[in-house]
Amino acid sequence: MRTWNRRRVAKIVIPLAAWLIGIIFVIPILYMVLTSLHAPQDAQTYPPSWGAPLTLDNYAGLFSSANPITPALINSVITSMISTLLVLALAIPAAYALAIKPVRRWSDTMFFFLSTKMLPMVAGILPLYLFTTKVINMPDNVIILILIYTAMNLPIAVWMMRSFLVEVPTAIIEAASIDGASTFRILTRIVAPIAMPGVAATSLICFIFAWNEQLYAKVLTSVAAQTGPVYVNTLIQTEHAYLAELAAGATLISLPVLIAGFAAQDKLVQGLSLGAVK
Amino acid sequence: MAAVTAPPPAAAEPTEPTAARPPTAYKKWGRESWKLRAPLLPALIFLIVVTQLPFVATLVMSFMSWSAQPDAPERSFAGFDNFKTVFTTPAYRTAVLNTIEMTVVVVGVSALLALGIALLLNHAFIGRGLVRTMMIAPFLIVPIAAAVFWGNGILMTGFGLVDGVLGQLGVPDAQNIAFLTDHPKLAIEIELIWQWTPFMMLILLAGLQSQDPEVLEAASIDGCNGWQTFVHMTLPHVRRYLELSIVLGTIFIVQNFDSVLGMTGGLNSTNVPFAVYETFYSAKDYGVASALGVVVVIGSLIVATFALRVVSSLLEEES
Repeated sequence: MRTWNRRRVAKIVIPLAAWLIGIIFVIPILYMVLTSLHAPQDAQTYPPSWGAPLTLDNYAGLFSSANPITPALINSVITSMISTLLVLALAIPAAYALAIKPVRRWSDTMFFFLSTKMLPMVAGILPLYLFTTKVINMPDNVIILILIYTAMNLPIAVWMMRSFLVEVPTAIIEAASIDGASTFRILTRIVAPIAMPGVAATSLICFIFAWNEQLYAKVLTSVAAQTGPVYVNTLIQTEHAYLAELAAGATLISLPVLIAGFAAQDKLVQGLSLGAVK
Repeated sequence: MAAVTAPPPAAAEPTEPTAARPPTAYKKWGRESWKLRAPLLPALIFLIVVTQLPFVATLVMSFMSWSAQPDAPERSFAGFDNFKTVFTTPAYRTAVLNTIEMTVVVVGVSALLALGIALLLNHAFIGRGLVRTMMIAPFLIVPIAAAVFWGNGILMTGFGLVDGVLGQLGVPDAQNIAFLTDHPKLAIEIELIWQWTPFMMLILLAGLQSQDPEVLEAASIDGCNGWQTFVHMTLPHVRRYLELSIVLGTIFIVQNFDSVLGMTGGLNSTNVPFAVYETFYSAKDYGVASALGVVVVIGSLIVATFALRVVSSLLEEES
């Protein structure tokens, strides 16, 4: 009797608590979107003007202003996509050497990769800044950001890709190659089906981290190579009502990550756990 | 692609990677193992050049007196002067303490919250998928975008959401509550907890869902109550997921720069990454900024040694 009661209570309390917490976590985002849809003078009032008319003018303004968001978005897309492709090109062979035909002391190598991730990015920023601006004289250039983001994501990518490639059945590969299967056939029939979900999860995580990065982008770029996160900061213009446009900018640059993350929730988990969770 | 760079020399390599081999075997297969190592080299070399060389440069610069201010003296060797500055300037000491405080608070609270929420979401109920999606959302907001909106739209004195709602609930003088200036560290901690709890929750939820339901059923048939099952079955099972989420969370939160810049601009809440940024970017004292960078690296190495031990248990379990 006692357990029956307890189960009934749990059946009501658990969903209620879960829904309540979920709503609390999502309120700041909903309020950001609402603010972005209010006219500038309605967006920053005390108390908030809940029922003010909705408008898309702030979003239109981001594209049509004297300092439009478009170049920053293009820079963000370029740096995130190219650095993700570079990461894959470097990480997949490395993961192969660590998983399918493991080199001697493969775990030491794995930990070397991971330990570079544990050193704070900020400790290397000054030499990279001086090298970029004084030595090669390439300030405000996306190429530098692409290389830095590639290095930033490479350790995570190697860990993730290895965790997928280690599942590839080596015995089957050996049998197939003895039976005369070509390398191409082995890759497409045995390796690819297991590796592809790993490639997808790795790409998603690397894209998100590169898209989100702000410190290096802020220090190494000014106008031409400015990325979305740096641009959003420039929207804080306290001499006029700025909050609505700031909210629109913040929402807009978060949209690609939100869409990709929601669409691939399971891939997100695999990626965040460095492939430990499948 | 992988096969092009590494032709499989099948019999050459033992299938058990950790197996001990007689030293002569290495010599015999030396060429072969270089072929095996080749696919690893581009990634290793790239990583060393882009991440390790700058650290070496930082180390060298930390022993130099080097300021880029227009009236500064010439670059020169400074011995340990920069480190002396780092350890004797109260502002830098505060930055170190702030970093430790914010990391411990954020990781600790996030891990506990994440575990609780993951346990809730591990039950079946109406709309579970939607609640999960809602929970993930904060992690998918670009960090600097989240920080500037928390700073300007939610916690801002007067027109921020919190002041507004408190005012509508009848709190007197709510439009003058200044969270960002009165409690800057707490404000940043709340924003970081909001953003990183979902991250930890996702890892923990995946861990919970990998638990064999038959084991739990058996426990309940054998008369274990909910608490006993949790302590003796669930907790040991999710422990390594909890450790993983704490390690990864620590790596990211120690390095946090965006929340400090976006919310308080460093006012009474400077952490080490922000102090390095200010010292080199605004104050242009390259020597002291480098010394601060070296201190961060040493601190991180201590944390990393501990963290790597945790992560290595993941690998051991696998092999």
